[in-house]
Amino acid sequence: MAMTRQKVLDQYFMDARHKLIDIAAFLDRVDRAEGDADFRLDAFRNAMKRLDDKGKDRAQDVLMAFSDPTEEPISVAHGKGACGAWPGKTE
Amino acid sequence: MRFIEPHAHMVSRTTDDYADMATAGCVALCEPAFWAGFDRGSADGFRDYFRQLTEVEPRRAANYGIKHFTWLCINPKESEDMSLAADVLSVIPEFLECPNVLGIGEIGLNKNSRNEIKVLQQHVDLAAANDQLILVHTPHLEDKHKGTRLILDVLKHDSRIDPERVMIDHVEEHTIGMVLDAGHWGGMTLYPESKCSPARAIDMIERFGSDRLWWDAACDWGPSVPLAVPRTACEMRRRGHEEKLIEKVIFENPKQFLSQCERFQMDSA
Repeated sequence: MAMTRQKVLDQYFMDARHKLIDIAAFLDRVDRAEGDADFRLDAFRNAMKRLDDKGKDRAQDVLMAFSDPTEEPISVAHGKGACGAWPGKTE
Repeated sequence: MRFIEPHAHMVSRTTDDYADMATAGCVALCEPAFWAGFDRGSADGFRDYFRQLTEVEPRRAANYGIKHFTWLCINPKESEDMSLAADVLSVIPEFLECPNVLGIGEIGLNKNSRNEIKVLQQHVDLAAANDQLILVHTPHLEDKHKGTRLILDVLKHDSRIDPERVMIDHVEEHTIGMVLDAGHWGGMTLYPESKCSPARAIDMIERFGSDRLWWDAACDWGPSVPLAVPRTACEMRRRGHEEKLIEKVIFENPKQFLSQCERFQMDSA
């Protein structure tokens, strides 16, 4: 690690603060909107809990919270895109 | 600063991007075959694309003193169509002796389907049979972790494959460990929205070391930044890292991996 903890804060605190407020505003925006949410919002809230994890693997834990945990290939790819969160079923 | 851009889809970029990359110190770039944003209708469409990659783009790059190299395949996004994939796989050998072809790529998986895996195995077989380097695309977002595991299984089960001759691209914090543990190289793709930010890419160098890793912009027709590699190098400098380490990540490492193909020659850029 090339930086002290103080230098990390000097260099990245404002950026992280900015992103955190953006996340707060995103959640406010979702709550203000009408209609039903889908699995992505639950996945997002679940992933946010990983921020409280101890240790140095929070980025990995957040990525895993959004990931497909199954092991078998799917039978057919019906589309090409990924939406960023596993819907809870593979097909 | 000099750097190698090991993954850029320049058919989607303007000449201004070549000029900016050269100005920033790019001396060589590598262009894997990929999905055009729509499904091509036939193998002839791929033949034309491979001519663009082996004839046209090298000339565009040379105008700015950049050496252009390429990788050939049918992208996993088009691999669900087994018939088209078979036709394209039969075309690839026509181009393997072109002077800027480095190997087979970017192959891999997209949605982790059975057909995608079959086509991946066929590409791996083609590479092994022709002693080619391999560049692997790992799936996006929620499909990445599972897909990376499936890809590593395919590679592990082909005894002809030397792990050090395979680059697994688009690694993130949850996949970098398994890729390096398997003996492969890992690529971190610097994207503005998905994949890695510059800060995270540097974090991974600090945590996993600098061996068998590179950064790439993978700039294409989507949100992407052709100068992502030099900008991340600047970020690394702001953190206080030594120039020698920065040069290793953005120049020496890609040179070391790519030089396993004898066609990767920098001196005539």
